[in-house]
Formats: sequence, C-alpha cells, structure tokens
Amino acid sequence: MRAVCTAVGVATMGLWAGGAACGQKQGAGHSVQVKGSDTMVNIAQAWGEEYNRIRPDIAIVVSGGGSGTGIAAIINGTTDIATASREIKEQEKADAKKNSSKDVVEHVVAYDALAVYIHKDNPLTKLTKAELACIYGEGGTCDKWSDVGIDVPGCAGQEIIRVSRQSNSGTYAFFREWTIGEKQDFKLGSRDMQGSKDVVDLVEQTPCAIGYSGLGYKTASVKTACVASNDTDPCVEPTIEGAISGKYPLSRALYMYTLGEPSGEVKAYIDWVRSDAGQVLVEQAGFAPLTKEKRTVAGK
Amino acid sequence: MAKGWSKTRAQVERAKERVIELAIAACGISAVVFVFAIIYFVFREAAPLLFGGLDIGQFLGSPEWYPDSVSNKRYGALALIAGTLSVTVLAMAIAVPFGLGAAIYVSEFSHGRTKEALKVVIELLAGVPSVVWGFIGLVVINPIIIDVFNTAVGLNVLNGAFLLGLMSVPIMVSIGEDALKAVPDTYREAAEAMGATKWQVTWRVLLPAARNGLLAAVLLGVGRAVGETMAVLMATGHAVHIPTSPLDSVRTMTATIAAELGETAKGSDHYRILFVLGALLFAITFVVNLVADVAIRGVRKR
Repeated sequence: MRAVCTAVGVATMGLWAGGAACGQKQGAGHSVQVKGSDTMVNIAQAWGEEYNRIRPDIAIVVSGGGSGTGIAAIINGTTDIATASREIKEQEKADAKKNSSKDVVEHVVAYDALAVYIHKDNPLTKLTKAELACIYGEGGTCDKWSDVGIDVPGCAGQEIIRVSRQSNSGTYAFFREWTIGEKQDFKLGSRDMQGSKDVVDLVEQTPCAIGYSGLGYKTASVKTACVASNDTDPCVEPTIEGAISGKYPLSRALYMYTLGEPSGEVKAYIDWVRSDAGQVLVEQAGFAPLTKEKRTVAGK
Repeated sequence: MAKGWSKTRAQVERAKERVIELAIAACGISAVVFVFAIIYFVFREAAPLLFGGLDIGQFLGSPEWYPDSVSNKRYGALALIAGTLSVTVLAMAIAVPFGLGAAIYVSEFSHGRTKEALKVVIELLAGVPSVVWGFIGLVVINPIIIDVFNTAVGLNVLNGAFLLGLMSVPIMVSIGEDALKAVPDTYREAAEAMGATKWQVTWRVLLPAARNGLLAAVLLGVGRAVGETMAVLMATGHAVHIPTSPLDSVRTMTATIAAELGETAKGSDHYRILFVLGALLFAITFVVNLVADVAIRGVRKR
C-alpha cells in the first residue's frame, strides 16, 4: 500500500500532494509509519516484520527514500518515525519546531561502519582521508588511479569512476562531512546512485570504480579499502567490532527520530527496537548493535 | 391514466438525459480545471524564487548544480538541461525511423490478422510501466553496453535514449497510423492507376499528404521522452555532467526533481528551484504539444 503510494507520488509532478496524502496515519494506533534512511531500510524492514510477529495487531509500515526524505517527513508531519544514518541538522530541528511546535527527539538504534568499496581487482590497500578528499572533493586533483599511485588492471584510461549517493542520502552527508567537511562540496560528475546496494553492485561490475556504502552491503565479490584518518595513523579495516569500539574512523550511529517524546505504540516499538530482542536483528543485518548498557530492558 | 404514466415517464427520461449531460460536461470541464490547477500549483511554488532572487543567467548558463551545499549554493541547471536534451535527441534518432516505419507497415503493408496482432502488441508496449523499463536498462542493457563499447559504465545517454525510444514508439505508431489512414483512398487509387508501385505510392503520395500528422506523431513522442522520469533516473547514471559522447552519464531535469524533491523542506530555496525546473519542463512540453496540435489541425484542414 505504502509502496504504491510512494511510487505514484514520485512518478507524478504532484509528488508533494501524493506524499502528504499517503502519509496520513492509516487506522490510528494500528500502524506505525517508519520512513527514511536507505542504509537502514533492510534492518527497519526486519524489525518491522519481527515486531509484527509478536504484536500482530500493529503494522509497521516501512519505506526508504533517504535520511533527508525521512527527516523532511518528520518536519512535514507525515511519518511517525524517521530513520536516519546521519544526525539531524540544527536547521531541520528548527523547521520541525516551527511547523509543529514540538522538539525532534533522537534515538540511537544501532551503529554502522561506512565502508569504501573498490573493485576486487583493484590493488589498492590503504586510503587516507586526504586521498578520499582529493578523489571526491571539489577542486581535488585525483582523477586517475595513477594520482593515488596505483595501476588498476582492466580499467580503461585509469580514470577514477566516482560512485556517490544522491544528496538526500544520510550516507552521502556523513561521508561528505568526514572526508571534506560539511561546508565543502563534492566534485560534479559522480554517478549518484539511489540506494546503498546500487553502489556496491556498480563497483562490483566496474574495475575503475570507487564507492561508499554501509558495511552491511558487502559481498564476497567486492573489496573494501583499509581507511586511515591521516598519513601517520595505521589504517583500519571496516568491521562491526571497529564500529562498536569507534576504532574504525568511518563509523557512525544510526538514528530514529520522532516528533516530541514518543508515546503509545510508537514508544513501545522504539523501546523494543532498542531491547535485546531488537538488537539481535542488527547483527544479522550486518550492522553493529548497541552496547548492553545502552539498550532498553526487554519487556518494558 | 396510461397517458399520465407515459407523461411522467417522458419527464423522468428527460431529467435523466439532463443529469447525464451535466455529468459528462463536468468530466470534460474537470480535465481543463485540473490542468490549470497543476499549472497554477507549479508556478505558485516556483514564483517566489523565480521572481525573487534567482540568477536566471546562472540557472540557464552554469553546469554547477549544488542545491544542498552548505557554504556555496549554486543552482546551475545547464548540465540537467543538456542531459534532458541529449537523451531526447538520441531517443528520437532511434524512435523516429522505428516508429514511423512501423506506422507505415501497419497502415499500408500489413493486412488482416498480422495487422491486428501488430496493433495489439504495440499497444502492449505502451502499457509497460516505466520503472520496468528502467530496470531493464539497469540489468540488461547496462552490461551489454559495457561489453559492446568497452566502457566503464553502461548507465549513460545511449542506455536512456534506447529505453525512451522504445517507450515513444507506441504513441508514434498509433498517431502515425491514424494520419496515414486519414489520407483519402482516392489518393492511393489515383497513384496506383498511374502505375506506381506500393512503395512509390507510400513515399511520393502518402507521406507528403500525411506529413503534418506524422510530424504530430513525432512531436508527441518527443513530449513523452522529455517528461519521462523513472526510466531515465535509473538508466542514465545520474551524474551532473554535460555529455560529450553518447557513452557519458548524464542527469535529466525530471530525474533531478524525482530524486531531490522528497528531501526538501517545503518552501525552502531547494524546494522552489525544483519547481522552477518543473515550470521549465512544463514550458518545453507545452511548446512541443502546441506545435503538435497546430500540425494536426493542419491535417484536418486538408
């Protein structure tokens, strides 16, 4: 139902009207709308399905679209919960406050390591933040693989094919902030993919490519680079353990946002997501779960 | 009493007639109302930026599209416009020969069952959802382009144009066939009586006679291609880049609106610039449709 609404909304110019109409709560109290991060869409789906199994009277309606899309939905009041793979911006908080006079409340629900993906034939072993900025940042001069000192077999012209995400992606926002700072921009001409999985798929097929996506999307036929914050630090492979301990530099929290303190079924759901029962699914989806002391007590 | 009955009956019938007439009139008028409501909505959302602070020179002349930059927002749509134009032009280069060829074949050269079967299949082509076309571009055409042209990425102008070409063929065939059908049979008979072959009749008599209708068919196909969103979003690579070859990735205006509108806060500059893009698209399709309409009217006058 939701998927149909979204598809119709996107396909027509009346997107806003369509989105708003679809965002209405269907049967108040019996369904919880969860919208946002594409990185988190798999885990959000898994949570929703499992929760529906133990609470069949509650339908968790999950849709993606990107962290920015989810947060925009919170601002416009068309979703109960927004999922986001980046922190909400001050401006967005202010907009939500202005629209609804309620504060946006943040709930950390898991952690993720953002991995830099390269083709499996790419001999690259280590990437520093400066090299990533040189490849992705506006004004950066690294356009060929030879500029970072390697030769990629099977890559015609040695041109670096930058795979990026659309600007409504929290992964995009997080990666931009880490590599070049929030105030800088990426170079134009990158292939901007719609989803986390699309990035990994394209890098897998393309010897020249480099891309970034959540570690949960890694497959056996693609390589992840070892990343270092600066030249002197040793580089760290992206792992779940590294994300939990914070050793891996590109680790980040995954959030759920609500408008005002959650109550009723929405609160019950978020509490469940943050309990042991919910966090078990996090690990299965390839993300890093909350540490024990940050979880809610099961059955609450 | 019987007389009274039939009188009331006639009154009921008349009232029924009246209601139906009104209902149909309402349907007809509502279409116009909707169109104007949409135009009003798009321009209302675009107006505050369009007439208040948008650098039109930058919008139309710069390829730098940074609507979400924190420090230096730039709304240059040149690369997006170039993306839409390049995909559309190449799509038409593919679709016009196929579409008009098919229209000529269906109208003039095929008969009976073949003709009916062809028409049904071509209509079927029109019913394929654009997201399915996009998916075909992503998983089928992408690897083929990589293999054939030895490029790094198969999501590019060529891929999008191929899909759009196929998508505009049905409308070209049905309008083109109508245009050919509208040529009076006396033309065909006269030409054949003078000893012309079937092809000579088609090429020298029918095509010139139906040229306005065929032009309209092509232009409606163009309108379809310019406005298409989902397929090009998936198949063109979505890279802000002015293409220099059919193998370059591009991003179209429609794809930009679809991809970015969901994240914008209502009323922000980013939101409004997307509506400015929408208004520009509207203007383009309006002009194309207007020309097509004038062309069709030219046909009717004959």
